[in-house]
Amino acid sequence: MKVSEGETGREAVELFAGKAHEYGEGSRKVVRDGETEIGVFRVDETFYAYDNYCLHQGGPVCEGVIIGKVEAVLDEDGGVIEERFSYSENHIVCPWHGWEYNVVTGECATDRRMRLKRYEVVLRGGEVYVLC
Amino acid sequence: MTLRSVEVGEGLDTRELLAHASRQAEDRGYSNFTIVDVDSHHYETESWAEIAKYIESPIIRHLAGAGGVSKLTGQSSLIPSQIGNQDLAGRISRYRMRSLEKAEGKDVHRDVQLIRRAMSMMGIDYTIIFPTPMLNLGMHPQVEMEVAVARAYARWITEEILPADPTIKTMLYLPFNDPEASLKLVEEFADRPGVVGFMVTTVRYRPVHHNSYMKIYAALEERGLPLGFHAAYSWQERAMEQLNKFISVHALGFPFYNMIHLTNWVINGLPERFPALKVVWIESGLAWIPFLMQRLDNEYMMRSSEAPLLQKRPSEYMRDFYYSSQPMEQTGNMEVLKMTFEMIDAENRLLYSSDYPHWDFDLPSVIYDLPFLDERVKRRILGGNACELFGLEDAKTRGPAGENRERV
Repeated sequence: MKVSEGETGREAVELFAGKAHEYGEGSRKVVRDGETEIGVFRVDETFYAYDNYCLHQGGPVCEGVIIGKVEAVLDEDGGVIEERFSYSENHIVCPWHGWEYNVVTGECATDRRMRLKRYEVVLRGGEVYVLC
Repeated sequence: MTLRSVEVGEGLDTRELLAHASRQAEDRGYSNFTIVDVDSHHYETESWAEIAKYIESPIIRHLAGAGGVSKLTGQSSLIPSQIGNQDLAGRISRYRMRSLEKAEGKDVHRDVQLIRRAMSMMGIDYTIIFPTPMLNLGMHPQVEMEVAVARAYARWITEEILPADPTIKTMLYLPFNDPEASLKLVEEFADRPGVVGFMVTTVRYRPVHHNSYMKIYAALEERGLPLGFHAAYSWQERAMEQLNKFISVHALGFPFYNMIHLTNWVINGLPERFPALKVVWIESGLAWIPFLMQRLDNEYMMRSSEAPLLQKRPSEYMRDFYYSSQPMEQTGNMEVLKMTFEMIDAENRLLYSSDYPHWDFDLPSVIYDLPFLDERVKRRILGGNACELFGLEDAKTRGPAGENRERV
């Protein structure tokens, strides 16, 4: 555990979250420090870290599947042509009940006023650290 | 600090999946009072080879194991299958992985071990367990199949599951398409340890006020055993065939069937005919109850001639019923929920239920964290009411239910 300056300027604690190469598809790390539990995962080349408690009933949200947002495609008359997975927005899904959150922002898919607490991730020497 | 690796989609251990539930239990002090889960589930299909041995008819027993493989669903003719999407297309991963969860040793039945794990993690002292695929059994066109499976299940669970743990109870499935067989099942199994009532699955087309059922209700009333109506959905229901999404069928289906049966129950005066019979409406949430109270009261005031047995308004009978809590609608308007609790006399009539491991399960915190309940009422809903209804010993004092309430 190391100490550095976080985004807020206050002292932030660095929590070791494993080696970068350990983050394959479907792989997650869960860092627990006291009452704080943070889920860390990688989508494409970006690492994300969020509070691992779903805003619904407190499920381990970061341990769920990551899947594209489902979109409906309409024709010019308002009819549905098809449903498809989004090309640009992925969701992480709480395994308890299925609440979905935007992977990039942590916003709840059904109400963007609600969002998971996000933590900064730092990569150094092939190792992953979470600032909290 | 601890660092844990998770491989999504590989294996399932209830104790890991519900670790956060365990922390909730600790934070809220559940160990200080009794929690009863009046509606949880197991998957009897996973034990079908065992259950099939209890089928009494040699012809049906042979059919249950035809081809050398004992199956309850799929290609089997024993339980109607149901179109659905309970697992949210794999997003609720425990559905596809639950058969992989390992038990420890063979001394204690796997179902008992899995049930205990969930109870322990959620802080639950007693659970009332129900089957899962059998919720569709009432739609079987062959009545003798419903009877055969119901009886085999009753024998199996009372001989192989319930004796293993006195904290696991059940309300036994009634083969309701055959009133005589249902009565026989009550008479035969009512006294078995762990049986705390009987249950009708609601997806069926037999009106509950039919005269052929009166002996069953009398038998339950005489024994002081509650009758539960456990809701479900059916996409084959003609009105539901218009719905194109599972969310729609599920949201409407569960309260729909309980509304049908409760309406028949009240309008035909069954509470007047069996005043001591305790009735529990299971797994429809709560929002439908104020709706139905208002609808029935309004029409009853104009059309009381069609309900000659009633001595008071329908909503007053409905306040005497018991309701399981899950899936409790949490839509953000706490005033609506608070009013609902008042209308149904939640302090005395609401029974906490989890429905675990199904996709829309509720933890005890759904009740415990409600800001408009005081500690005493929370404890009644989470366990006290159920202890009184089902005659359960207070798990914390090992005395009669309610004994420790004065200390709250």
